[in-house]
Amino acid sequence: MTASNSVSATPWSDTDGQKPLVELRGVTKKFGDVTAVDNIDLDIYAGELFCLLGGSGCGKSTLLRMLAGFESLNSGSIKIDGVDMSDVPAYDRPTNMMFQSYALFPHMSVAKNIAFGLQQDRVPKNDIADRVQDILKLVELQDYGKRKPSQLSGGQRQRVALARALVKQPKLLLLDEPLAALDKKLRKHTQFELANIQEKVGVTFVVVTHDQEEAMTLSSRMAVMDAGRLQQIGTPTEVYEFPESRFVADFIGSANIFEGRVTEDGADHVRVQTDVCDVFIDHGQSVKEGGKIWVALRPEKIHITKSDTPVTGENQVSGVVDDIGYLGETSIYKILLPNDQIIDVTAPNQTRPMNRQHLITWEDKVNISWEPSSAMLLTS
Amino acid sequence: MRKLNDNWRLITVAIPFAWLLIFFLAPFFIVAKISLAELAIASPPFTQMIEWADSGIMTIRIVFDNFIYIFEDDLYRNTYLNSLKISVTSTLICLLFGYPIAYAIVRSGPVAKPILLFCIILPFWTSFLLRVYAWMGLLADQGTINNILIAIGVIDEPIRMLYTEFAVYIGIVYTYMPFMILPLYANMEKLDGSLNEAAADLGSRPTNTFFKVTLPLTIPGIVAGCLLVFIPATGEYVIPDLLGGGNVQMIGRVLFNEFSRNSDWPVAAAVAIVLLFLLVLPIMVFQYFQGRSSGQG
Amino acid sequence: MQANRSRFLTIMLTLGLAFFYVPMILLVIYSFNYSKIVPVWGGWSLRWYRELFESAEVWSAVTLSLQIAFVNATFATMLGLLAGLAMVRFGRFRGRTLFGGMIVAPLVMPEVITGLSLLVFFISLNQLTGWPAERGFTTITIAHITFSMAYVAVTIQARLTGMGEDLEEAAADLGARPLKVLTAITIPRLTPALISGWLLAFTLSLDDLVIASFVTGPGSNTLPILIFSRIRTGLRPDINALATIVILVISICVAIAAILMFRQQRAEMRDQKMAEGADE
Repeated sequence: MTASNSVSATPWSDTDGQKPLVELRGVTKKFGDVTAVDNIDLDIYAGELFCLLGGSGCGKSTLLRMLAGFESLNSGSIKIDGVDMSDVPAYDRPTNMMFQSYALFPHMSVAKNIAFGLQQDRVPKNDIADRVQDILKLVELQDYGKRKPSQLSGGQRQRVALARALVKQPKLLLLDEPLAALDKKLRKHTQFELANIQEKVGVTFVVVTHDQEEAMTLSSRMAVMDAGRLQQIGTPTEVYEFPESRFVADFIGSANIFEGRVTEDGADHVRVQTDVCDVFIDHGQSVKEGGKIWVALRPEKIHITKSDTPVTGENQVSGVVDDIGYLGETSIYKILLPNDQIIDVTAPNQTRPMNRQHLITWEDKVNISWEPSSAMLLTS
Repeated sequence: MRKLNDNWRLITVAIPFAWLLIFFLAPFFIVAKISLAELAIASPPFTQMIEWADSGIMTIRIVFDNFIYIFEDDLYRNTYLNSLKISVTSTLICLLFGYPIAYAIVRSGPVAKPILLFCIILPFWTSFLLRVYAWMGLLADQGTINNILIAIGVIDEPIRMLYTEFAVYIGIVYTYMPFMILPLYANMEKLDGSLNEAAADLGSRPTNTFFKVTLPLTIPGIVAGCLLVFIPATGEYVIPDLLGGGNVQMIGRVLFNEFSRNSDWPVAAAVAIVLLFLLVLPIMVFQYFQGRSSGQG
Repeated sequence: MQANRSRFLTIMLTLGLAFFYVPMILLVIYSFNYSKIVPVWGGWSLRWYRELFESAEVWSAVTLSLQIAFVNATFATMLGLLAGLAMVRFGRFRGRTLFGGMIVAPLVMPEVITGLSLLVFFISLNQLTGWPAERGFTTITIAHITFSMAYVAVTIQARLTGMGEDLEEAAADLGARPLKVLTAITIPRLTPALISGWLLAFTLSLDDLVIASFVTGPGSNTLPILIFSRIRTGLRPDINALATIVILVISICVAIAAILMFRQQRAEMRDQKMAEGADE
């Protein structure tokens, strides 16, 4: 089963002529004086696995609950498949939700839990039994239909919750922190399983999560939320490699950020002057010449070499190792620069530390540099 | 939130709301009204607050004589004071003994704890009247305690215990002790055990830890327990009647007798209103405490 | 936590339990006393039990009390359920503060005042409308419902607050309409609270002397009214026998309830332990 109205495989990348499945316009929600969701516009296309990523209290769960129909809107509108949802109560919406607590009915067996939604739609009894069996097979719990939720492990409960929400074949499946209650190992495994199931059933997923790794692994597109607003929307690669603001650069992964001024704004390159060194970027970006700007550098995109000869010039600077954190597969070096700024650099530990002379260690003089394509420009 | 649609909500609220308005609030207002009326030879025995004269003129009669009478009359004033004295003292006795008992249960092992709790709750479910009656058998002149004391030669003549204030204290402490223990237990059980360990780790001896850590943190339980004992004890009727006989004056008993025997409804109603105000005060104090502790949490 | 009571605490606990139970044990022992004067031992006998069972007065009081308790518990539970739902699940509505106050007020109202005000109310109502023509079963039941529904409402409120709204939202999300959510999810989940609320209301009604004394009429004696009128003048061996029966019945019921609850808890813990293995 694939979403019927998807023409290209990734409709969100070519939005012309595509009708979004979910349209949010100016959606706002206030609790007393606090604005939980602030004037959000968002389109989600059929077949997407869309992640809402943000810290606690950023409004992502409220937004999800508004889609489900549990919270009313103060202003704005939500359309699903072209239909305005303002007057549609939760029980009539073409959405289903997987709750963070799973919210399995403790007094019903697994099969009854899954059948519950179908019974509300007055699906014939035989069909219900078949569909419950099919969905149980999908989540690999065929033999668990008669069990009570209390007799299941955390991972099994998670799959029952997913099955119960999926069995009604909603147009939109809402998942509130679907993996948060699982332990770390199980979570990694389940991330891929969830993406596989989504691909198999073709239902559009909206996932709320605070875990950036989860969002990166799962999503076709993601939105980073903060203080009730959407900070950036894009594919995981776009958001990671081309963050638009200091908040996003710092929230997704880590970044060394320094302030600078645009000295040259060419069609195919940008030059920026900073306290650290001059930065050259080998592609054009819409910036204002002479304007204030921030340069962000990912620690893993910086090369580090041990050297007593200091360097100056574009995209390189010398410093002293101030601290080292050994993480096993990589090490993180904190480099003190001449302007007293500290910059983080990560490097893979490709050799075992048998011969200490080759290793970079505390107080070593080092040169660091990066590719012209690596530095990211942030306008806010 | 659109939980239940409006008709359902309306019905759900309206039924219990109406019941309480009719059978709780309305009776209370009638009592308040009677307390402001005068005694009359009529049925019911009081004057109407609003009277319609033949000419159609409405007259409203409100008299505060009943309240003035209560405060000026020695019998009523002493009875109120005596009730307060007995209920406050019994509350303190309950706290003094209930606190260590609650603490002992919290400190019990996982097997003993539910059994001990069960033993505290069980009397609560057994008949109140019969529990008071049990003490009549113990305290009577020829009761168990006197019999034993005479048999072992401690006394020759039975000591008079039944129909004294002492018996009333015993009765109140006995029947209301569970109301002190249970909120204290609930409060103590929630306390983080590691607080005691932290205090010990920082060099505090157990006694010091108790006064500096445990006791301050159980104040909400103490307040709740004290109110649960104090409020019903103040208005108590059965215990002073059965264990105090005619010798102990408490307001609940006076009120009951006033109403059933003398039929002076206006005064009885005024007595009831004053009693209620005596009890509203500690409840407001309690809510202040609750508001403060929930504000901290 | 391991048992670590100091000696002082253990002594207090022992004394406390003795204080609670010695009077009741003595009460039970003396019910088997042949002597007519309670504290004077006259040998073992079932004499007072026989007298009790032969007394028509006792039987009619027991019947009346049980009837009132049953009707009261049933109505109080229904009203308490509605009141609890209204308070916890409806958010704000007009009059909510007054409503909340009226739910709690009967809990702290001295019985004498509740009884007095209801009697005055019934008399006034009778003068206005001719109803209730006579006081007895109906008036006592109404009075009992009024104060026991408060206890039920508080029990339900606590349970509803503890349950959270996830399950109800999940049911709505799966397409259940409000009435269906109530019957398929909320009420089944509340069953333990409803049962304990019902039992509490039943016990409160069986136990009440003061309010019933106010609102009863001639000829309608509940069991507490009967007991009270007999023991007011002193000790009565037949009341010891009655007390023994009451204590026995209640202890058995409470013990069964406690054991059932304990077993269910243990079964849930066992299920959980077994299930955890599956994630390995």
